Amino acid sequence: MAAPQLLVHEKKDTVGVVVVEGLKANTDMTVVVTADNSSFKLKSRMEVPIGHKIALTDIKKGDTVWKYGQDIGKAVADIRQGDHVHVHNLKTKRW
Amino acid sequence: MAKNGKSDGKPKSNMRFSGWRRENDRVGVRNHVLILPLDDLSNAACEAVANNIKGTLAIPHAYGRLQFGEDLETFFRTLIGTGANPNVAACVVIGIEDGWTKRVVDGIKKTGKPVTGFGIELNGDIATIAKASRVAKDYLQWASELKKEECDISELWVSTKCGESDTTTGLASCPTVGNMYDKLIPKGIYGVFGETSEITGGEHLAKARAISPEIGEKWMKTWQAYEDEVIQAHKTDDLSESQPTKGNIAGGLTTIEEKALGNLEKIGRTCRYIDVLEPAEAPAKGPGLYYMDTSSAAAECVTLMAAAGYAVHTFPTGQGNIIGNPIVPVIKITGNPRTVRTMSEHVDLDVSGILRRDMTIPEAGDALIEMVIRTANGRLTAAEALGHREYSLTKLYRSA
Repeated sequence: MAAPQLLVHEKKDTVGVVVVEGLKANTDMTVVVTADNSSFKLKSRMEVPIGHKIALTDIKKGDTVWKYGQDIGKAVADIRQGDHVHVHNLKTKRW
Repeated sequence: MAKNGKSDGKPKSNMRFSGWRRENDRVGVRNHVLILPLDDLSNAACEAVANNIKGTLAIPHAYGRLQFGEDLETFFRTLIGTGANPNVAACVVIGIEDGWTKRVVDGIKKTGKPVTGFGIELNGDIATIAKASRVAKDYLQWASELKKEECDISELWVSTKCGESDTTTGLASCPTVGNMYDKLIPKGIYGVFGETSEITGGEHLAKARAISPEIGEKWMKTWQAYEDEVIQAHKTDDLSESQPTKGNIAGGLTTIEEKALGNLEKIGRTCRYIDVLEPAEAPAKGPGLYYMDTSSAAAECVTLMAAAGYAVHTFPTGQGNIIGNPIVPVIKITGNPRTVRTMSEHVDLDVSGILRRDMTIPEAGDALIEMVIRTANGRLTAAEALGHREYSLTKLYRSA
């Protein structure tokens, strides 16, 4: 299999991590779930830097965002599948 | 001698390294003659001695005056622990006055290694430097003839802490360390992880990895105390530029919860921690994985772990933290291909193949074990070659 563009920790997760440099909008990404090595395809909606996250599904404002199969915070804006997820639309529930 | 049950002459595994067995039966992987200042005022004299006697090492720092209570105890534990570390063959201590200087000397002396203290008052810098230089020269020549011996891997104490983390550390470099611990802890090594504030969001997972419910509760109290007495007591905002750091955010980490979950990948899947240590406290429950209550700032944390007696440090990084330590080799592991491309001189082990899916985590763990053994055998780390010697004392509150 060709090297993936996006890695996801667990099946339950709603975001994945870009693992290649120079990812463009509208890329038909290969996504691999590391927990079971399963894969699927997903279209990126925008340029996203390496290490940054992309939404695997639509996420509503106020929804919990899942990574590692765990709660990593809440959406503070509506997020569409394929969108960049970062400090502009995801916040900690702590501190 | 069989203090750790290790010296029965029978190898415990096929993993061996050569190191210096010290007077207290601990094994070091470096052979430093340390010129240790008691206090900030004595840095200049220590640096002058190290300049006179090439091959000795001064480690200047900012504190040691008018500290009191728990902060003072942490300070002494760190200084004494640094001198006592098995990577140090012998130690000269210089302080402004004799009393606290003697306290550090006496603490280091318990290991049996050569140590001498000098007070500057009633002598001045120049006479102190002359006297201390003669002792440092004797120590250096003595240490240069000490022989290494072959040891089982179980005699190696390996610490971990990650820095300038990003999402790749949670995917690649931290699980690489975790895999190493899953393989080496059962062989009888001592391990340690820490970074109390940075477990926030994963505290339920960290608590569950304790060896017993009692130790889990002890961990939870430690975490809660940091949350209440440090974070909540002093925060002015949501820590959005401190935890995660600006570097973490540039690397794609968004929340403390996300950072914590990546951080915890360093303790693997199977090993459990057997006790919770105070900052710089030496582990006392035998071989196994320990938790130490530390800040998440790299130099502070590695300094505390070195002071607890750990001899090699494994350091996963994403965006490229460049930290080293004066007495402990710090091995940098990264899975971020951009960091490998732009900062290769700082990288000891490239595990970016994990992201391309052409390297498995068990393969990366084996590669790290090999690098740990090579480092123990004398290979200089990137941080050592580049002269990184960050020595940062943990200050709990203002001095009197």
